[in-house]
Amino acid sequence: MCLAIPGKVKKKRKEDAWIDFGGGVVKKVKISLTPQVKRGDYVVVHAGYVIQKMEKEEARETIELFNNLKLNEKKYR
Amino acid sequence: MKRNIDKFREKSFSQQVLQKIDELQSGKEIKIMHVCGTHEVTIAKWGLREILPKNIKLICGPGCPVCVTSAQEIDSAVKLSLTNNNILTTFGDILRVPGTSISLAEAASQGANIKVIYCIDEAVSLAKKNPKKQVIHFAIGFETTAPTTAVEILNNSNLDNFSIIPSHRLIPSAMAGLLKSGQCQIDGFICPGHVSTIIGSQPYEFLARDFSRALVIGGFEPNDILLSILMILRQLRKKKTSVEIEYTRLVKPAGNPLAIKKMWQVFEPCHIGWRGIGIIPHSGLKLRLKFKKFDAIKKFNLKIKRAFDVRPGCKCGEIMKGLAEPKDCPYFKKQCKPEFPLGACIVSIEGPCFVAYKYGSI
Amino acid sequence: MVQFNSKSLFIPPLSVNQANKKPELISISHGSGGGMMENLIEQVIVESLSLKKSKGGRGVDKLEDAGIIDLGDIQLALTTDGCTVDPPFYPGGDIGELSVGATINDLAMTGAEPLAITLSYVIEEGTPVEFVRQVSKSVGRISKQTGVPVIAGDTKVMEKGKIDKIAINTAGVGIVRQLILDYGARPGDLILVSGTMGDHGLALLAKRFGFKTKLKSDTYPLWGMVKNLLKIGGIQAMKDPTRGGFAANINELARKSEVCFYVDESKIPLKKEARALGEVLGIDPLQTASEGKIIMAVSPDKARKILAAMRRHPYGREAAIIGRVKKSPKQRVVLETSVGGKRILEAPIGELYPRIC
Repeated sequence: MCLAIPGKVKKKRKEDAWIDFGGGVVKKVKISLTPQVKRGDYVVVHAGYVIQKMEKEEARETIELFNNLKLNEKKYR
Repeated sequence: MKRNIDKFREKSFSQQVLQKIDELQSGKEIKIMHVCGTHEVTIAKWGLREILPKNIKLICGPGCPVCVTSAQEIDSAVKLSLTNNNILTTFGDILRVPGTSISLAEAASQGANIKVIYCIDEAVSLAKKNPKKQVIHFAIGFETTAPTTAVEILNNSNLDNFSIIPSHRLIPSAMAGLLKSGQCQIDGFICPGHVSTIIGSQPYEFLARDFSRALVIGGFEPNDILLSILMILRQLRKKKTSVEIEYTRLVKPAGNPLAIKKMWQVFEPCHIGWRGIGIIPHSGLKLRLKFKKFDAIKKFNLKIKRAFDVRPGCKCGEIMKGLAEPKDCPYFKKQCKPEFPLGACIVSIEGPCFVAYKYGSI
Repeated sequence: MVQFNSKSLFIPPLSVNQANKKPELISISHGSGGGMMENLIEQVIVESLSLKKSKGGRGVDKLEDAGIIDLGDIQLALTTDGCTVDPPFYPGGDIGELSVGATINDLAMTGAEPLAITLSYVIEEGTPVEFVRQVSKSVGRISKQTGVPVIAGDTKVMEKGKIDKIAINTAGVGIVRQLILDYGARPGDLILVSGTMGDHGLALLAKRFGFKTKLKSDTYPLWGMVKNLLKIGGIQAMKDPTRGGFAANINELARKSEVCFYVDESKIPLKKEARALGEVLGIDPLQTASEGKIIMAVSPDKARKILAAMRRHPYGREAAIIGRVKKSPKQRVVLETSVGGKRILEAPIGELYPRIC
């Protein structure tokens, strides 16, 4: 539930921002819940609103998480 | 915009995680529930149940807001949409879900004035452009959507021809309700990624502390789900339950404090019925007294006396609680199909019955 | 302990029979090319007709892209289409070229060379004359490009508000060069597509909901390319994935041929713009219409030649082999996902809207 799509802030006004979702898709959305976002930020959009700023290095973060789980094979056997 | 999303779907990474999952589990049955329709779509779409060890059961919980919106609320929306001078706005997701007898789509065929929107500000614009009409927005959704409704109410407090049917619901309360009922044996939860973007990890902590359940906030790519399962198994193995965030690229422990603040400025918790399940305490959102003028039910003095949530024999409720699967329902794929729905679960694109129908494994 | 009070608020429901007793009305989903439309056509419309074909020919009960009239030495294909696309002018096309293209393509999908088409307008009172001129110029352009003349027509005007701007009906007749039916796919055939899926439907949805995109509709008339392919031979079944998209139309081929279409999902060509739009709108590009593409089942010995011939043509540059026809599971379409899982691909049900859930 809650489809939220990542994109990059192309342009910002007081209440709105234009988000580039990649593949040439751009839409004007509202930033009332995240007024601090800036041009160039990666964000996530739900139902026409930016709901959160995203970390830039998305893939790297999660893969680091996996590597940091410190899974010791011997310990868990 | 460059994205690394393909890494989260990479087969080689999946294989690594699956191997670790295999090493970590002891053969005992582990039940993991997710509470997010989009998670169910990911699981079914990528065939994840087929590639996990057989003793790890991924259960679908009541994470589809469309499925759990009660027939009474849909009947209210239908009634308001059929009234002259009203325009009902709704997200497309709930259009074909039947209330007691008809859905909003069928109401449209009968002449109801219904507009499908993508963002609630379209409803507000509609109200401003049509001052002589009453615009009512069917406000469904969980904590991801509720702040957007709150913001429009706060920013348009003088708008007299705009109101909502308040139908937002709260996920952590639903999870607690399921556990407290004693009906569901769940070892761990994959918590919804986007609800958690708003609420953060704190609202789930009592579930780890008081109920000793493993909780991981997971993302929406197949490798996010696999990684979340691995983290849950690790907690269970260590016998140390907590709330962990797998979806670190988006979810922060504090969530989005501004969104949370706006939501609680406008709404307060209430008891609400989840379709087919029953009333779960403190799991709904009602408008605070100050904003009561935006409550369409009160404004138009709507009294829906009897609302029929489920047909006799329909298993939507048990399915939403994780106690049954779509294939256990006598109507599934027979009298109940997406084009002739008897229940809500087969209409919503994220409903467990629809997902089973669409992505049905062979 | 908190109890579920599931008895009090949710009163024992109506019986199933009672609940289903409601007058049936046509909803917008009946026109969307999915399951609801199929049911309407089969169980209401065709069911009401007693004469469904001409002697020796193939008729409306077969639900093919065109009906066939058998004249002994030759066979004629006859087809018709209604076009109500909104907006009438959209990125990559307009209602004029779409209506003519649809009829030319229906004939092409049956293996028939289009000979002539008819053109019927129903126009809303108050529509600018220039609008009608622009639409007609588009019709003229496609007619010239394909060499298919418009030999008859009709024009009606309805009162303002009784119809939305314009509805166009086209009918077309063609001469069958090589009869290709939906029923012809056999186990062992390779499954090919002529290019990217879902462009038209997604481009229009984007426009409607305010999303800027470079994605354009793929409104193309296909006889020119199909003519070359028929010379090579080997096409057992073919369909253009219009209403209901790839999912609806490949299912129709599987159902009618009584075989399994087994597809490698990662091989289905999708424009990156379509993929992005699909993610943002929450709509599957495999369920939205393409207006100038083909799905086909081809004998394995001819598949590579067909593929090469498509790729040489401007409308087939992104053609690909995407799977293989198998014996079972019968009448199903199976997708193998990129993480190794498998799923059944079902046809969409009704109208598609952007999701928020």
